[in-house]
Amino acid sequence: MSATSSTILNLPDQSTATLPKKNYINAEHGLLSWLFTGDHKRIAMLYLISITFFFFIGGAFAGLIRLELLTPQPDLVASDTYNKFFTMHGIIMIFLFLVPSVPATLGNFLIPIMLGAKDLAFPKINLLSWYLYMAGGTFTLAALVLGGVDTGWTFTTPLSTHYLNTHVITAATAIFIAGFSSIFTGLNFIVTIHRMRAPGMTWFRMPLFVWSNYAASLLMVLGTPVLAIAIVLVALERTFGIGVFDPTKGGDPLLFQHLFWFYSHPAVYIMILPGMGVISEVISTFSRKRVFGYTAVAFSSVAIALFGFFVWEHHMFIMGVSNYSALVFSLLTMLVAVPSAIKIFNWAFTLQQGSITFETPMLYAFGFLGLFTIGGLTGVFLGSLGMDIHLTETYFIVAHFHFVMVGGMLMAFLSGIHFWWPKMTGRMYPESLSKLAAVVTFIGFNLTFLPQFILGYLGMPRRYHAYPPEFQVLNVLSTAGATVLGVGYLLPMLYLAWSLKYGAIAGNNPWQATGLEWQIQSPPLTENFIEVPIVDHEAYDYEWLAHKTQHEVTTVG
Amino acid sequence: MDNVITHPHTHETAVAAEHHHQALPQHRHHFETEEQQREAASFGMWLFLLTEIMFFGGMFFAYLLYRNWYYDAFVAASNQLSIPLGAFNTVVLIGSGFFMALGVWAAEVKKKGLLVLFLVITTILGAIFLGVKADEYHEKWEKHHIPGAHFDVSEFVNPHAFGLKETPLAPDMAQRTQVFFFLYFAMTGMHALHMIIGIGILFWLTWRAHFGEFTSGYVAPIENFGLYWHFVDIVWLFLFPLLYLINRHPV
Repeated sequence: MSATSSTILNLPDQSTATLPKKNYINAEHGLLSWLFTGDHKRIAMLYLISITFFFFIGGAFAGLIRLELLTPQPDLVASDTYNKFFTMHGIIMIFLFLVPSVPATLGNFLIPIMLGAKDLAFPKINLLSWYLYMAGGTFTLAALVLGGVDTGWTFTTPLSTHYLNTHVITAATAIFIAGFSSIFTGLNFIVTIHRMRAPGMTWFRMPLFVWSNYAASLLMVLGTPVLAIAIVLVALERTFGIGVFDPTKGGDPLLFQHLFWFYSHPAVYIMILPGMGVISEVISTFSRKRVFGYTAVAFSSVAIALFGFFVWEHHMFIMGVSNYSALVFSLLTMLVAVPSAIKIFNWAFTLQQGSITFETPMLYAFGFLGLFTIGGLTGVFLGSLGMDIHLTETYFIVAHFHFVMVGGMLMAFLSGIHFWWPKMTGRMYPESLSKLAAVVTFIGFNLTFLPQFILGYLGMPRRYHAYPPEFQVLNVLSTAGATVLGVGYLLPMLYLAWSLKYGAIAGNNPWQATGLEWQIQSPPLTENFIEVPIVDHEAYDYEWLAHKTQHEVTTVG
Repeated sequence: MDNVITHPHTHETAVAAEHHHQALPQHRHHFETEEQQREAASFGMWLFLLTEIMFFGGMFFAYLLYRNWYYDAFVAASNQLSIPLGAFNTVVLIGSGFFMALGVWAAEVKKKGLLVLFLVITTILGAIFLGVKADEYHEKWEKHHIPGAHFDVSEFVNPHAFGLKETPLAPDMAQRTQVFFFLYFAMTGMHALHMIIGIGILFWLTWRAHFGEFTSGYVAPIENFGLYWHFVDIVWLFLFPLLYLINRHPV
């Protein structure tokens, strides 16, 4: 790819450009040097590879689900196999992809650099969390190979504890272990952000990506242990046949719901907050403006995290909770929309009168804005008691959470991967192909999930492998969309791998962005900085950058 | 929120500081100062304990809920626990916490012999606690009070036949004592697991302390383990009254 593909690309002359002689990738050699590394950037790459692997397994199950739903009859698989499909799809996508995706890859790579630190506070614990992630993934695959799990990813009791003879305990172990991976990542981030900032890097000079990961880390640290104990209790109840959740033995299935959703609703914000951080960085960079209302955006992350802990009961509106508490939780649920809307409006104001360019990360970011807004607004429908009763357990729910989690998080993840790819690998990806992939993904996504809103509104329930014939047209559309979406996901996988060897040399700061990470060489040195940086400017200060580049042609490294 | 713009750390002083720190091999490369390393470790430990509180919190929540619902069953079942053994264990555990605190002090004043001694005493007291706990579990096993297939409610339905002066429970409510015992085993079991892990770490720390590693000014591991051990004490100080003491019938 040539250097002329972008208006603001600042690529060095291709005939002479080479990657820096010394960087974190070639600092040591051999597989073992990766498997025992303490370098946060290498661990981020380990995560990137393994998370991509699990994403494609989870995606394969999504494909099988859509294939079965192509026709109204159950002609591809039997109902119990179908149950195993959507359970594996849910478990893998949520616990092994969406929760760790941005924090464990981009967060791991960038947070220390953005703070001016040499590494995360606890490199060994960071490596440990990758091993825990892999152990959790292994248990998930074991559950799959042994014959699968058919509880749904929510492990609803007493179904999961007494009535299903599948590999629930193996899957529960997987989630328990993967949960600790997430706890340790969050803990590491929080300590690093509190204790490892470079001189001058005050709280309100931190990039918003750091703020949003900070808020997500709070949720990981406080929420995940509650999921862990709920899962332990399920495993114990299943093993010993005792009744803490089984109503026939005096237990209460609602207790499981409370414990499970106390984590699993905030988990949505664990997934989405880091993505919002990516969007802030990308929108600021490609509109060449400071993020409008920086402080409001920063605090809205923390507000989303806090409110996130007070909304779990909306998952239980139709399960026999009291009307009074349902009302209160309905109100609290809608309150979460406020900080989310603050972010959306501030991004819109950032874009206003900015010098906008549509690089690939920006295309994905615009995709995020559209899809996440739809996902968020339909969330308000579902937060309203009356609507919820009509729409619950239908495809409307499925469409809603896919819009938030896939349309939001996955778009943000792809945006971030493209945005920081030059920094992580030192090379550019092919510009036109990547733009094509962004557009294909957006079209495929809408074609997949918009029909599902209608299906749900018309009353098609989720989790069934057969349906009345009148729903077929919309289901065919949805399946066709899933195929397009699949192409949209495969493309980046292919051309990013291609770019590792053949991509143009990116240079230190191809986007002319302001973050500390862009002031060091690409790919960075093992300890990131040759000397401790002294921060004397706000985040997104483009005047400072212009001043700096005027006076200082050579960069660190 | 410090607003430092300039910083005394120029490149030269950073390099000089690096040389100074070579005296302590425990200083990790990515920290600028030892103070920063110590603060980070301590802060990380506090955060970890916060996750532990959330972890135990789920079970405390379940306990409060079911205690409210199955009050009579919970009272009858808690009368099966031995207050003398529980009280003895409480004293043992607080004692171990006291010696752990002395250990932290010994590390700070760099007295190697004392540090090793206090760590050993802490370990022994922890082991005694676990021994008593195992004895209590064994007694529950013999009485068929372990929830599951072999659970036997006859002692609660007809206490007088067992020489107890308890009020008999209806068969339905007597079955609910299983919920109590389930929570008893889950909570004390999880607490015991934390102690087993703690004793494992104590062995490791004692070994390293024996070679003087923590009496050279590098006290963070001892301090942080002290925090962990005190957390385990404190959880027990909630478990003991909740499970053994509150609202027992005077018979």
